[in-house]
Amino acid sequence: MTKPQTQTQTPADNGVNVAALLGAREALTATPEGAQFKWRATSEWLRGTHSRATVDKFFGLGEEQKHRQAYQYESDHPEIFASPDNGATPVEFVLVGLAGCLTAGIAAVAQNRNIQLKSVKATLEAGMDLQGILGIDDNVRNGFDGIKVHYEIDADATPEQIAALVAQSQKRSAVFDIVTNPTDVTVTTRKV
Amino acid sequence: MAEHAQGPTAGLRSQPARTDVVVIGAGHNGLAMSHELGQRGIEHVVLERAEVANAWRHERWDSLRLLTPNWMCRLPGHSYQGDDPDGFMSAAEVADFVCDYARRLSAPLFTHTPVTRVVPCEGGYLVSTPRGDWSCRAVVMASGAFNLPVLPRIAEAVPLGVVQLSAHDYRRPQQLPEGGVLVVGASATGVQLAQEIQRSGRPVTIAVGEHVRLPRVYRGRDIQWWMLAAGLLDQRIEDVDDARRARHVPSPQLAGTPERATLDLNALCSEGVELVGRLAGIRDGKAQFSGSLRNVCALADLKMNRLLDAVDEWIAGNPGAAEVDPVERFAPTDVGASPRLGLTLGDEIRSVVWATGFRPDHSWLDVPVFDRKGALKHDRGIVDAPGLYLLGLPFLRRRKSSFMHGAEDDVREIGAHLASHLGAVRQPSRVELTA
Repeated sequence: MTKPQTQTQTPADNGVNVAALLGAREALTATPEGAQFKWRATSEWLRGTHSRATVDKFFGLGEEQKHRQAYQYESDHPEIFASPDNGATPVEFVLVGLAGCLTAGIAAVAQNRNIQLKSVKATLEAGMDLQGILGIDDNVRNGFDGIKVHYEIDADATPEQIAALVAQSQKRSAVFDIVTNPTDVTVTTRKV
Repeated sequence: MAEHAQGPTAGLRSQPARTDVVVIGAGHNGLAMSHELGQRGIEHVVLERAEVANAWRHERWDSLRLLTPNWMCRLPGHSYQGDDPDGFMSAAEVADFVCDYARRLSAPLFTHTPVTRVVPCEGGYLVSTPRGDWSCRAVVMASGAFNLPVLPRIAEAVPLGVVQLSAHDYRRPQQLPEGGVLVVGASATGVQLAQEIQRSGRPVTIAVGEHVRLPRVYRGRDIQWWMLAAGLLDQRIEDVDDARRARHVPSPQLAGTPERATLDLNALCSEGVELVGRLAGIRDGKAQFSGSLRNVCALADLKMNRLLDAVDEWIAGNPGAAEVDPVERFAPTDVGASPRLGLTLGDEIRSVVWATGFRPDHSWLDVPVFDRKGALKHDRGIVDAPGLYLLGLPFLRRRKSSFMHGAEDDVREIGAHLASHLGAVRQPSRVELTA
């Protein structure tokens, strides 16, 4: 009853190599040590609230790995915070990460269910009460008081099948898990 | 009758007793296998750690009733004969039903004979108990799928002073202190306990992870009737996409009550139970709940609707089916505007009930058949060691494998394999004799 639809027409192509993903799942079931990944970023303060972060190397499949190239991201605060606004606000990166993760998941699940996607557009909004970070009210948390994600999806599928794609993507999303569940964070410092 | 065949002499034997097959466990699966072996004329004994149907008699909460209606309750050569086919047996009535069955079997049944060890030996297995040992050519493990409660590691972080009970030890609300109760888990167990605890006057918060939502009655018939009619309960494990996942699906949110009422999260909310997300952590005495509640409810709603679609399709394809009520869809699960993400344990919550699942206990099995994670390696109950068999686990061979009526097909097929195994292992010795 939960079987994906079987279509006789052209197989869907969402640009996701599902065979590779399923192969990886099988291989990493047999060798779970290869499934242990380390994601990394470095960051350097420039001035004021402006920092530049770089992602390049990571660890996985038992060895050091590298992105095709290093990627850099500017973070800053907007001008209404008396900042020069040289880049996205750090909290916006959280939304960027969540959108990227959920949408990638939708594409992968759709591919696996042989559903052709035509367009997938997400709009994200997170509420935040600045009384938290400004220390005005101790009962207000620093972070978001909620995140709303809305998807507009055009695909060869019923509304229920599309809803199921989005639900399954949340179920398997790393960033969704990171923002919905507590994570232990260790911060260390050294004077140089 | 054979039930009290155990005798003090068993403990005095200096040599193990010999038999062809030892069946471990006198619940409905072990007894159904005994019936099957009896039909095949295979010599065997049934060893039971305590009494027949012990878990039903002694290891569940007082109000528990079967999730399947009486008319479905059937074992090979034995079926429900009462006058309430649409009712649901209480745990004690299930135990009586299984005891009646036990009385009709002919094999020696040794109660109060807990197996302490099964180890391979020449030609089969040595089965040890405090009342003596058995040497046999095959072993059928029918000791149950729900022996031990599964508790998450974060249970250790619950502050002292907050009462904790697992569903295995819970019997009735009066075991709990007055005040708020956190029920962790929303499968059949969790929703049933949440409802009766809430009704006892203790305000309940239920932590909800992935779950299976079902209406008790759909289009005028019990949901199990439809699942049986549409062939879903007979679906074989080899025909599902992901066997591992299918075997770990939590039991559906159902209860067997005279009112045949649906017991889903909306029903709990209407009685005042508060929904929160999966228990994700406990920090400084504060329980933290996942922000995934909306999605796990959406997943369950979608899955329920796919099942109802399948039922509707089956009805449309079987116009001969008797009069049925019109198509119906149920309100989506309402999680409220902003489900709470934290609760202070001790203050708001005086006790925690862990309805986080059960697991089988095979700690006595001294045969190298466990995988890295400690799970038994088997193919649909045929364990990865010659002559060793397993029964009664969820979706072992079919979706119905862990239901009482699921035993019949499984014992027939596993019994056939076992019989051919006994035949095959006989062959070499004959060859040696004639050589």
